[in-house]
Amino acid sequence: MNYGIVSQEQLEKIDEILSDKLIKLGVDCVIIIDMAGNIITAKDNGESKYDVYSFAALAAGNFATVDAMAKLVGEQEFSLLFHKGQESNIHFSKIDDELLLISMFGRDISLGFLRLNVVDVIEKIRNVWGSK
Amino acid sequence: MSFINLKDKVVQVKIVYYGPGRCGKTTNLEYINRTYRKQIVSEMVSLKTHGDRTLFFDFLPFDMGQIKGYDIKIQLYTVPGQVKYNATRKLVLRGVDGIVFVADAMEKQREKNIRSLNQLHENLQSYKESIFKIPLVMQYNKVDLKEHGIPILPISVLQKDLNSRLKVPYYEASAITGYNVAATLKKIISSSVISIQKKLL
Repeated sequence: MNYGIVSQEQLEKIDEILSDKLIKLGVDCVIIIDMAGNIITAKDNGESKYDVYSFAALAAGNFATVDAMAKLVGEQEFSLLFHKGQESNIHFSKIDDELLLISMFGRDISLGFLRLNVVDVIEKIRNVWGSK
Repeated sequence: MSFINLKDKVVQVKIVYYGPGRCGKTTNLEYINRTYRKQIVSEMVSLKTHGDRTLFFDFLPFDMGQIKGYDIKIQLYTVPGQVKYNATRKLVLRGVDGIVFVADAMEKQREKNIRSLNQLHENLQSYKESIFKIPLVMQYNKVDLKEHGIPILPISVLQKDLNSRLKVPYYEASAITGYNVAATLKKIISSSVISIQKKLL
């Protein structure tokens, strides 16, 4: 996989996929990070004011911790994570060994619908990586 | 590995402060956070225990300005120093671009510094990185304690213990008063950025 440097073209395609498939659906903010806590790209609906850099560092730590727990109970991985709150929720899904897709969304989207779209988005993003 | 965004022209550089427990890693970051408040857009994140010990990591991001049109975003992390948290230390080291090894200059901590440095060497190996190749700066912290009559190791001993083979830049420092905290930071940022540039050429 072409990782480390992503071409402008690849990033634009990924941004487009995120906007089309998740932001238009009503997701507040979508971030793709690597497991070191770097942000690959972030898209939001223009209203959310999240500190995405701190978020990425914590999310990478969180995911790594859960991954280590999975190994302890004999699982290969827990490939998705979901945190539910009163007003907002966070959904984490692994794109591949290095990348993580994080969606933050409110009460008006059902988890099932989001998950269907996330699966679709991940498939499309993998194709973008694969195309180079 | 640093991440370079060609579209938004952003380079993210991950720098980790590593060292034995209570050597002053978090204190370094706290001083930087206070002193360079203007350049820091977000709050410092600290995941700690009730006893104020680092549990997972501290995180402090700041903007360094531009190099050749690219925005440089520096992300400072610390590791938890306590011996039992090595699994967590390993996680924080993932994708690191530069390391500051903070050694405790107090005489009684001599063994712990050496053990911690050896473990850093092992942890880097698990990511197929080499302590001899990665940008590294030594900081001999707590030199201010000498004035309070607490026995500290002479720099020559610290150099022999920790830096005789690595031969990396080193600073005497006092994280609590801020002495050489900025110098250490500047040095590791420049070594890390130069190393990233080299990888790209």
